[in-house]
Amino acid sequence: MMDSLYPVREGFSVAEQSAVVIANTAVNPEYRHLVVTAEPPATAALAGQFFHLLCPSSPDGNPFLRRPMSVYAVDAMRGRVEFLYKLMGAGTRGLAMLEPGDRLNMLGPLGKGFALDPAWKHIIVLGRGVGLATLAPLALMAERASVRVTAILSARRPDLVMSVDLFRARGAEVIVVNDADHSSEVGNVERLLRDLVARGRADAFFTCGSNRLLLLLQRLGNEHGIPGQVALEQQMACALGMCFCCVRDFHAPNGGVEHRRVCWEGPVFGLQEPLSW
Amino acid sequence: MVDLAVDIGGLRLANPVMPASGTFSDGLARVIDFNRLGAFVIKTVTRELRAGNPTPRVAETAGGMLNSIGIPSKGIDYFFDETLPFYKRFKPPLVVSISAPTADGFASLATELGVSGVAAIEANISCPNLEEDGRAFAMTPHATASVVARLRAATKLPLWVKLTPNTGDIADVARAAEANGADAVVVANTILAMSIDVATFRPRLGSVTGGLSGPAVKPVILRQVYQCARAVKIDIVGCGGIATGADAVEYMLAGASAVQIGTATFIHPTALIRVIDEIEEFCNHRGFSRISALTGALMRAGVDETDLEWRQEAGE
Repeated sequence: MMDSLYPVREGFSVAEQSAVVIANTAVNPEYRHLVVTAEPPATAALAGQFFHLLCPSSPDGNPFLRRPMSVYAVDAMRGRVEFLYKLMGAGTRGLAMLEPGDRLNMLGPLGKGFALDPAWKHIIVLGRGVGLATLAPLALMAERASVRVTAILSARRPDLVMSVDLFRARGAEVIVVNDADHSSEVGNVERLLRDLVARGRADAFFTCGSNRLLLLLQRLGNEHGIPGQVALEQQMACALGMCFCCVRDFHAPNGGVEHRRVCWEGPVFGLQEPLSW
Repeated sequence: MVDLAVDIGGLRLANPVMPASGTFSDGLARVIDFNRLGAFVIKTVTRELRAGNPTPRVAETAGGMLNSIGIPSKGIDYFFDETLPFYKRFKPPLVVSISAPTADGFASLATELGVSGVAAIEANISCPNLEEDGRAFAMTPHATASVVARLRAATKLPLWVKLTPNTGDIADVARAAEANGADAVVVANTILAMSIDVATFRPRLGSVTGGLSGPAVKPVILRQVYQCARAVKIDIVGCGGIATGADAVEYMLAGASAVQIGTATFIHPTALIRVIDEIEEFCNHRGFSRISALTGALMRAGVDETDLEWRQEAGE
């Protein structure tokens, strides 16, 4: 990669930069944890924002387009950005080949992240799949804003749950649910949520990674007048709002349906805005 | 100091590098300095609101990508209220890409766009023509002739016409555009293509077929620029798989006076700036004081016409 061709340019809020890989290790049979060096503006990344990664080639293929990856953690003091990624196709399998010391070309920070209302005292974070990574930086963001967090983390099996320690380290109460013991079923999650709502722990909902959990929160949010935010995913090409590849359906203000770009208007949207998929 | 300025169909550009329509918007201002560009070419404006095509709208291929965006558009009012004021803040001239389902539609849009701040029209005649069974205007010389004639009568602005590569004889189409008043041709739009997921038996694009772009198409479009350059005297803007200064120089040698960068910006948002820097470096290194001297400077020494004719027949 010709990294010297893409120097970080002063005065721009998004930059292409050549990060150095510090660690790239498996956290479970499906996900890996990637830690890279970063400099401004990358280190200004907020919870819910993402980077667009130029993934290296591997025996599984030559990824032509970049791959969007939500931020798992940012440490501006030490100059680091972290990602949690699932091994899926050519892009992520290329990422898995990176060794400490290798270079990774990343573009960012991109998109609109999560926002906390100063009036909120308790929030609920409900994540599954990739949402366990995307929602993780909310733990630190909430701690800094003195907002209490209850995190309900869902996975197929107990060994695939991630971010439990990260949330606990920031003072969050963590409830783990999984498919193996049926605790992740919508009915049970709804019972847990209703209990938290009744105890005044739900000033806002935050979710990512599951359509049926989004639907559940939209329903409870409507019923109780609780606001919230959802981080969405979609295939992307440019990640800068130029190509209109990453649109999804949203309720339009006039009552119809409209397209919005996940990369540009999102990836974080108001809980009631997206149509389910 | 290399003189990078070029003249494209009567419009003076500080340098020959500009974005391709549909691969550029205000969002890129977060990454690059817009005042360095030769021109702005914005996403196609239509009169009506258009939702665009179903997702997935993008698929990766070897050395390129497929897209089927379907020209989503917020309509002409949005252009006047939001887009035009935004670009007026910058120095490069604004080239407005337009599309319509009929020749009349093209003409009325072009007339309406004759306002301060619009420097040229790029007519995207690669879109389906409702008066020709949905075939793209630019697929045939006669449909091209009629829409370009209507456009020419409708506007005094420099008129660029963007051709489709999906035609049997692009040089004939370019001649039709020239004969009816086009000031330049943009060669070319994306190549009609498709891809199938063998795991699901489904097309990888929501609308089944779409346009191929990226490095994979460069040799094909370069050939079409070369063919058009031999057929017309008006300026040619080359567009197809350009990612580096060397790619841009290659297009200019084949006959282009300027170039558009599209898909490369998706991979490296700084690609436009990189190409500008690299073509200047190329001219310095090779002793060219003016970039325009590269246009059509293809060397054909050592190959006589008889040889070429033989190869053409064998190749077709």
